[in-house]
Amino acid sequence: MSRCLEGEKLKQQLKCVFDQYKGVESELIPVLQDVQDACGYVPVDAIAAIARFLKTPASKVYGVVTFYAQFYLKPQGKHKIRVCQGTACHVRGADEIMRVIKRKLGIEEGESTADFEFNLEKVACFGSCALAPVMVVNDKVYGNVTPEQALEILDGLSS
Amino acid sequence: MNYEQLKEKALVDWRNFSNPDTARILIGTGTCGLAAGAGDLIDIIKDYVRKRHVDAQVCDTGCLGLCYAEPLVELRKPGAPAILFGRLNPENITECLENYFENNKWDDPNALAIMEGDSINSIPYFRDLPMIRGQVRIASRNFGIINPENINHYIARDGYAGLAKSLKLSHEDVITEVKASGLRGRGGAGFPTGIKWEFCRNAPGNKKYMICNGDEGDPGAFMDRSVLESDPHAVIEGMTIAAYAIGADEGYIYVRAEYPLAIKRLEKAIKDALDMNLVGKSILGSKFSFDIHIKKGAGAFVCGEETALIASIEGKRGMPKSRPPFPAQSGLFNKPSNINNVETLANIPFILRNGSSEFAENGTEKSRGTKTFALTGRITRTGLIEVPLGITLREIIFDIGGGIPDGKKFKAVQTGGPSGGCIPCDLLDLPVDYEKLAEAGAIMGSGGMVVMDESTCMVDIARYFISFTQSESCGKCVPCRLGTRQMMLILDSITRGDAKVDDINLLIELGETIRLGSLCGLGQTAPNPVLTTIKYYKDEYEQHIINRICPAGSCSNLLTYEIDKKKCIGCTACAKACPVDAISGKPKEVHAIDQEECTRCGSCFDVCKFEAVKKS
Repeated sequence: MSRCLEGEKLKQQLKCVFDQYKGVESELIPVLQDVQDACGYVPVDAIAAIARFLKTPASKVYGVVTFYAQFYLKPQGKHKIRVCQGTACHVRGADEIMRVIKRKLGIEEGESTADFEFNLEKVACFGSCALAPVMVVNDKVYGNVTPEQALEILDGLSS
Repeated sequence: MNYEQLKEKALVDWRNFSNPDTARILIGTGTCGLAAGAGDLIDIIKDYVRKRHVDAQVCDTGCLGLCYAEPLVELRKPGAPAILFGRLNPENITECLENYFENNKWDDPNALAIMEGDSINSIPYFRDLPMIRGQVRIASRNFGIINPENINHYIARDGYAGLAKSLKLSHEDVITEVKASGLRGRGGAGFPTGIKWEFCRNAPGNKKYMICNGDEGDPGAFMDRSVLESDPHAVIEGMTIAAYAIGADEGYIYVRAEYPLAIKRLEKAIKDALDMNLVGKSILGSKFSFDIHIKKGAGAFVCGEETALIASIEGKRGMPKSRPPFPAQSGLFNKPSNINNVETLANIPFILRNGSSEFAENGTEKSRGTKTFALTGRITRTGLIEVPLGITLREIIFDIGGGIPDGKKFKAVQTGGPSGGCIPCDLLDLPVDYEKLAEAGAIMGSGGMVVMDESTCMVDIARYFISFTQSESCGKCVPCRLGTRQMMLILDSITRGDAKVDDINLLIELGETIRLGSLCGLGQTAPNPVLTTIKYYKDEYEQHIINRICPAGSCSNLLTYEIDKKKCIGCTACAKACPVDAISGKPKEVHAIDQEECTRCGSCFDVCKFEAVKKS
């Protein structure tokens, strides 16, 4: 199943984003953030278009995309599962949460399931350390998570 | 409108909000509160208010800092004490509301403290709670008290008075006041704020930038998030005062993208401040104008470093530059720029409003004022606290934090995140100030304090931090890029039990090289967690290497799983769960684990309902 965005549809999405900017180099990161919000990831074809729009080399755009952890070059799963790996979470069992989720979904960190339903990521810290361990599912933060609860949360998404 | 008129108007709004004759339900909706389930409670509370015809207003507030008891709800009504309830959930919230509003019964098991009103024997006053007693709240004075999305609440509590006063002073006088307060950068390095402003003020050039660093990347730290979520105007006011002092007309707040609520509240706050002419053109009728933009980070720890943060705002990879030139001389878009941390700026309004001497009353000779800390890990009362500098670690961990839960023993406290170090039990009476923590090999850092007990393996903690810094290293300096990787590989081999004794010396040597050979703070401090754990817990390293034992029982490769013959009933659950078929045994007979085949994944331990699988 292809989840890639290309051709006319991509052009339209990009136009909507570009219309809100002046087209100067310092806008690169916000432009990339908006493109990713619109497309779910940063398609390779978008890189050249962004480079033209901001009048900067495509290599520079690519350099920025690959530097920051937030940008993806591949389509992502529908449900975004993020497990916090901050110090407090680490001390309170984040590895265990990650382990049970990986086993359940059959994927490693940074991967999507074959049906693009789930996407698993580790994040350095969400700053909800007092409620460690923390997991974030589609921007909803869950605190004091046990391995059992983590699995229940996943079950709640697929049903 | 001048400041006095704005305040007059704001007080009307505030008096209405704090009016004891109105029933009110206040819910802490910071990220912590929401993570603990405050979002679900709001719906139940609104439903209750509507169905039972209770005449009470439901309002959001920021974070009181008692994260261990989240979600927190404060109930108020005429003729009754205002009471704070904690640890609420969808099951107990309705009973709690009924007791308060309908039965006039206060001694609910979830009642935490009295916020205002007459005393009740069984419930302490908020100010007398052990977690609150030792605190002095300056940067966090409005947390949980005002609605962070209502600018009038902030103004009514003397907000923007510091700005109004500053605009009547000369730029130099503002800087003198900040210098006299002794305030030092709260982001970690502790550089005197007033002197930093003076550098930028004196730098030649007409165009200058004021930047607020909200890229709080240290794992285990959430002070800046709390400030931005609970009192965003304090940061905007501090930033505007700073801009006036240095002569900047444009500013950026750089906030990490992991803090969506902080960004949302900041956006609203800036808009409201613009509408009231507290930022923007000709602020409060003066000749001073200042515009603020928000920049969302894109997930790079190194962007907390000044020069990397500037590169990121300019739309580049966040790679640090060598200094000089310092940002004060040539920073954002090559113009003189001043960068301060969120908490530093949140202290500024107080200093200008109340005077530098009042600020300097707290703290030690070289570390003035108060500091917020995020208290987390293996500690009874986790949360956000603000204490006078110079307080001892023991007071923070045992008096305020309530010590270690589950009858376990204190082992270490990690301060300063990946740049800091682990401080052992012997140093618990160390006063917390910039110099004393540095002498112990740690740093103040931005204020994360992660408490560890005997079940935490110090080698694993060192490995954890090095794996963090090695993945976050921007790659510019070879010692940082490759050195942290080598340190990680050595620490990996120690936790697997196949390292040599001499590897400890190699780690020390590598650490020293990385410290000396790196351009920015990330590399220079990356070895600290390893070096301090070697310094204070060398025997634990040796146990791993020589005896192949993890004393904390945490390194999975050094663990053995065995089945207790007396407890095993032969349910076969473990054998089914084992991914490598290392467990054998017939149904209803005792099972056994083949130690040669076992990969120590822990699956059998997880599934056994009879506690028959033993980990050692």
